[in-house]
Amino acid sequence: MAQFTQVTSRVIPLPNRNVDTDQIIPARFLKVTDKSGLGEALFSDWRYNADGSEKSDFVLNHKHHQGAQILLAGDNFGCGSSREHAPWALTSWGFRSVISTSFADIFHNNALKNGLLPVIVNKEIHQSLFDLVEEIPTVALTIDLASQSITLPDGDALKFPIDKFSKNCLLSGIDQLGYIMSHDAKISTYETS
Amino acid sequence: MSLQPRTLFQKIWDKHLVVQEPHSPAILYVDLHLIHEVTSPQAFTGLRNRNLQVRRPDRTLATMDHSIPTTPLSLPMADTQAAAQLEQLAKNCAEFDIELFDMDSPWRGIVHVIGPELGRTQPGMTIVCGDSHTSTHGALGALAFGIGTSEVEHVLASQCLLQEKPKTFEVRVDGTLREGISAKDVILALIAKIGTAGGTGHVFEYTGTAIRTLSIEERMTVCNMSIEGGARAGMVGPDDSTFEYLANREYAPKGLEWEYALEAWRKLPTDSGAVYDRSITLNANDLEPMITFGTNPGMGIPITKCVPDPSQVGNADTRQSLENALTYMGLQPGQKLLGQPIDVVFIGSCTNGRISDLRLAADILRGHKVAENVRMLVVPGSQKVKQQAESEGLDRIFSTAGAEWREAGCSMCIAMNSDKVDPGQYAVSTSNRNFEGRQGKGGRTFLASPLTAAAAAVRGEISDVRTML
Repeated sequence: MAQFTQVTSRVIPLPNRNVDTDQIIPARFLKVTDKSGLGEALFSDWRYNADGSEKSDFVLNHKHHQGAQILLAGDNFGCGSSREHAPWALTSWGFRSVISTSFADIFHNNALKNGLLPVIVNKEIHQSLFDLVEEIPTVALTIDLASQSITLPDGDALKFPIDKFSKNCLLSGIDQLGYIMSHDAKISTYETS
Repeated sequence: MSLQPRTLFQKIWDKHLVVQEPHSPAILYVDLHLIHEVTSPQAFTGLRNRNLQVRRPDRTLATMDHSIPTTPLSLPMADTQAAAQLEQLAKNCAEFDIELFDMDSPWRGIVHVIGPELGRTQPGMTIVCGDSHTSTHGALGALAFGIGTSEVEHVLASQCLLQEKPKTFEVRVDGTLREGISAKDVILALIAKIGTAGGTGHVFEYTGTAIRTLSIEERMTVCNMSIEGGARAGMVGPDDSTFEYLANREYAPKGLEWEYALEAWRKLPTDSGAVYDRSITLNANDLEPMITFGTNPGMGIPITKCVPDPSQVGNADTRQSLENALTYMGLQPGQKLLGQPIDVVFIGSCTNGRISDLRLAADILRGHKVAENVRMLVVPGSQKVKQQAESEGLDRIFSTAGAEWREAGCSMCIAMNSDKVDPGQYAVSTSNRNFEGRQGKGGRTFLASPLTAAAAAVRGEISDVRTML
């Protein structure tokens, strides 16, 4: 599984609430049999005009956002379909972490399995981060998983929660299927009982 | 076994728990794994890369539904990318010995329609599928939820899933549904009340007299959209209606096995005194036909009400969401939806593509024509539903009215094939998602019941079906 330890990056603000996986990657891009290249389809309908040119007013297209690895998203990010193509598209574009007040359950699970760190913050911190990015669009944050903290340019560190299992898996790149298979004997016992 | 009263969810969870280590998610056994062409190819690639086998092909079932055309299937597929994806599924199933209902199978259909209709879905089971509407199967008293492709790989390899234990959320619907109000209106009313994240981290259990009186197919409609309220699963305790529904279905237990199964299934319903983490109560007597006006399923209103006015909303984020939604939908704050002209009507999907849904729509269309300038698609949820509808003459009612009668598939619910709402067009759809572009780039969706959709088809505008009954 993809590892995650730390990322320092500029931040792309996308305050829309309830961003669904159909926006993250529309269904017409799901007719693939591999994971590659999905970054081009990320937020496709918000990102491109009908003629395929980029919409200049969409945040992902801003010059100073190119190469950013942190998405600061609105509440309930990733609701809707179970498509893992959503985190594949986000990581393929270059994102390593998404910060929000909440994530839809399936997206949250899918993100963790792809080294895309979902960072949950409270409403106050969430708003203060949007304010910060508005004030200094090129501001860089450091997200550190081991210490479960977001470090601001002034050195302030904001804590975020994550369950121990996911944290360990991400830090060490532990394969979750490997964990399940290590209990193979118990699965066999269950099947015969 | 604990003597504490337990919920339906707790009983199924306990029974399927294989391993629970401290500070780790549970390893939960999966009784039935449903797969389709879109979310499985990368999982099979993962298996091959690790040199793993499918642990229980007998507990795995595949169908083709998402990207297939709904035009006559004898034609060659125009979409070569979709064709390649379907071919990949066929190859994967052949290589790993998985039963597949392919294009020619009379049992093919939308994965959440065929599971119950063939009796593969049974009370007390754990069921997963790489599709969020897997919650549908909970209508029969199963614990069923959508998973991602990495998890599809986990289940193929181990027949198990890593899962944090969700909380329970009782959705009690008391009272009686009035004429013209259906299961779809119940679930749209719930989501309008709690929002699209209202059930996050929870499993809904639907209880109350109004739920008890719903048919199993209607319960499927309710459970299907649990995910739209943020809950990964929705369930209804099995009862005599459940058992009657399942009896004699192709994969249902038979003879003595049926008797044993019944005995076990009767023990599943939530014990009296069991406690839910959260509860909400709706009164069915108060419900009206519901319709969405916005770009998520929580943006729904009773059909006689007006679209909300963002300027009346205090919370800045909510106001902005509402403004964005109305801009996308091309609607005015405070306008009535009744009388809103529409371009397309879609009857189908895993939410409302079963025979009872088609009967409701046909009842409204009988003796009428689809309004001029309205395109109506009727897409059965499975080939079995299609056959049944044709044996009842429903196809002729639809065709005579001017609707298109199609082959089974997900169709215009997800617009992965050529069944699309065009940019700017308005569709009244019996499907489950009104997200931007969901039914086709730039398309605008009003979610509603089959009755309301059929009424809109006849009148050419959003209409109160109660005036047509």
